[in-house]
Amino acid sequence: MLLEMRSIIKEFPGGRALDGVSLDVIQGEIHGLVGENGAGKSTLMKVLSGVYPHGSYQGEILVNGAACRFRGIRESETAGIAIIHQELALVPQLSIAENILLGQEPSSFGVIDQERALQESERVLQQVGLDLPPHTLVRELGVGQQQQVAIAKALQKQALILILDEPTAALSDDEADILLDILRDLRQRGVTCIYISHRLQEVLSLCDRITVIRDGRSIATKTGSELTEQALVGLMVGRELASIYPRQERTVGEPVLEIRSWCAESSGGSLRLQDVSLTVQKNEILGLAGLVGSGRTELLMSLFGAWGRVTSGSLLLQGAPLAANTPQQVIAAGISLASEDRKRYGLVLGQSVRSNITLPNLTQVARRGVINEQQELDEAESYRQQLAIRCATVEQPVGTLSGGNQQKVVLAKWLMTHPTVLILDEPTRGIDIGARAEIYALINRMVDDGIAVLVISSELPELLGLCDRIAVMHEGRITGELSRAEASQERIMLLATGYSEKGATDA
Amino acid sequence: MHDQTTVNLKMLFKTNMRQFTMIAALLLIWLLFSIATDGVFLSPRNLSNLFLQTVTVAIVACGMVLIIVTGNIDLSVGSVAGFCGAVAAVLQVNFGWGTVATIGAVLLTGVAIGAWHGFWVAWKQVPAFIVTLASMLAFRGAILAVTGGSTISPMHDSFKVIGTGYLPDIRFDGTSFNDTSALLTIAFLIIYLLMEAGKRRNLIAHGLPVLPLGLDSLRIGLTALAIAAVCGVMIFNEGFPYAVLLLVLVVLVCRFVAERTVFGRRLYAIGGNSEAALLSGIDLKKNLMGLYMLFGGLTALAGMVMTARLNAATTSAGVNMELDAIAAAVIGGTSLMGGEGKITGAVIGALIMSSLDNGMSLMNLDSAYQYIIKGLILLTAVWADVAMRRRKG
Repeated sequence: MLLEMRSIIKEFPGGRALDGVSLDVIQGEIHGLVGENGAGKSTLMKVLSGVYPHGSYQGEILVNGAACRFRGIRESETAGIAIIHQELALVPQLSIAENILLGQEPSSFGVIDQERALQESERVLQQVGLDLPPHTLVRELGVGQQQQVAIAKALQKQALILILDEPTAALSDDEADILLDILRDLRQRGVTCIYISHRLQEVLSLCDRITVIRDGRSIATKTGSELTEQALVGLMVGRELASIYPRQERTVGEPVLEIRSWCAESSGGSLRLQDVSLTVQKNEILGLAGLVGSGRTELLMSLFGAWGRVTSGSLLLQGAPLAANTPQQVIAAGISLASEDRKRYGLVLGQSVRSNITLPNLTQVARRGVINEQQELDEAESYRQQLAIRCATVEQPVGTLSGGNQQKVVLAKWLMTHPTVLILDEPTRGIDIGARAEIYALINRMVDDGIAVLVISSELPELLGLCDRIAVMHEGRITGELSRAEASQERIMLLATGYSEKGATDA
Repeated sequence: MHDQTTVNLKMLFKTNMRQFTMIAALLLIWLLFSIATDGVFLSPRNLSNLFLQTVTVAIVACGMVLIIVTGNIDLSVGSVAGFCGAVAAVLQVNFGWGTVATIGAVLLTGVAIGAWHGFWVAWKQVPAFIVTLASMLAFRGAILAVTGGSTISPMHDSFKVIGTGYLPDIRFDGTSFNDTSALLTIAFLIIYLLMEAGKRRNLIAHGLPVLPLGLDSLRIGLTALAIAAVCGVMIFNEGFPYAVLLLVLVVLVCRFVAERTVFGRRLYAIGGNSEAALLSGIDLKKNLMGLYMLFGGLTALAGMVMTARLNAATTSAGVNMELDAIAAAVIGGTSLMGGEGKITGAVIGALIMSSLDNGMSLMNLDSAYQYIIKGLILLTAVWADVAMRRRKG
């Protein structure tokens, strides 16, 4: 047994994140770790890597049978545990070789031995199958290649156990396949991996054994061949996944937002939006599907004047042309965008729930530039109740809330602008299933209240469950549009990978 | 309502740790100086003097808080304040302008310089550090240009009053205290108490946490006592200096802007997360421009107080003032990462900085050591703050 984690308990002020989790990893295996968001996977890995130092949790960690008490990442690294995070810890301005050897530069008297550095990095690059000159700057690499560099870096440190946290989340299918092959190859060479992923098929095809974590407990450890996707989901969720998508039939109203022949390009010209046309109607949810890099997010940002350069195209809002090219103008016209990365684009984390909700709406609660605090509090409080945002008071900093509640604050903020169109980019990313159901219910309520909603999501079940109509993008174009009845995961994927639109819709 | 909405003493200390430590540090510094100077430091005359010394840096520090809150900086305040003071002197001495016209023209000059900075920072997106570093050099030169390299004096009596005048007595001329100031103090205390009471009522009405009544009364009482003590010192000296009243006005206005206005709220949002602010429909350019113009006006004000106090414009006026102002803001709890900062904190920070100047001068400490000690204290203060924050996080 290479690694044993025994009855790990980790408590936070809000409650128990880990409630007696155990994990055994055998030398030379790829061990899958799956569970819903918030189940405790990341916390467990933080305990293992010393981010939460010894003493802040209960339980034991044994590596090769010896008890380990890591007080920091450095100590766990020395013991051979290497984490490759979702957000890659690479320095974009440095070269591949410099990144691989960062902190371990072969040197004498502080002068780097260039020759050895080159050899060393070439050796590990070969192991991960990255055939690029080591002096290439990391910022010039794609996400998949950066992933490979990160793995090479861990190998260079003679890691006993490689922990990969959602390595394929940002990769295209091709890139993901390459990565999986590399991992299989490394297993041949005797490298041990813990593999965390939401892509269950990947986990099933790759991992020798799989441990399922739910609500801070380890539910089961089974070999990959014993399991099917359904069985895995069943273990993860622990209940039937029937009706998190509330569904009622609606009569679709008149067009509210029309995007016509929208063309735009990024400043470097690397991504182009070509001739995009979409219509969002009153009382409906329009879904927008597409793979990472298909231009979905960029389309929305460009409508807001916050991405690239618009070369042609027009916007109609309730039948009237809309000439707006700054976020202020678009928001003022009645279009709101709850963006994909709520921590980066949506919230001021250090500020209170109240300030965040009223941020785009300050003029509503102010007279002549002076904020009426009473009114502001009343408004914030009323949204807190309407959306059931769970916080002690509206004065609590929004950064201390859970992901689901943060997302509700984002929704509250945009609802308060009384939008005619609400655009939601990945509305449930990083949110657990309970909070998801609540957010879906909220979205449906908004639609019933007459708001036209456009939802972008990478999760096909979400689009299929939620939307009345689904448009699919590929490489900056709309490749097809499917009604609720026509839509299926397969058809969306075909369109998203660039399969001809006519063929798919007529089939 | 009583149980869930009250917070206990521990929470009070936890959330107000910074204010408590800052005031404790100030009192400690005062205690040390008064021992070292056999009590001279704490004499009403010296304290009154100390408050006057604090005014220029404190005015600028108030604005600096807002600048740093947006994630920017202004290194040029010393030079610009010196320049504005010089312009005031030149207008009065060389061109014979009246006091009101001079004040107006200098304020406009300051706002215009602020607009210049705003233009480069907001529209041309040159880092504020560089824009204001350039101005720091350029306006030091501009001072030499407008003064011809010599000290310009004297100012009109009506202008000098800004920096050196005291509130006159109304009735009891010749008494040992200044009655106007005493009346003002009483009025100020009443307003303060009414506002605190209103605030408490408001919090309770919205179900937000408040301190138990006894503790809250203690807190308000102590603050009122501190205000009364500070005012008392001046009342029994020569009354309120106009400059101190000006500072009080600036503090009140800046606090109001920071806490109660849409503009202020947006500044904090820009500093806290500029991308989220942009996508919330906030015009970053306009708000930054407005802020730099406001700051230019405050800088001009500080420059005029400086010239009025000296009754002259000198070529070295305002040297190192930017550092004092930034130090005051940072000691007062303003985060250089942006998004966080309190006006009153900066004023106490400024008081700490000028207490050090004043006390060490009273002790006749070599100015070489004065600089070294101030530097070390700044370093220690920020280190303590960083350490405290880390423990909390």
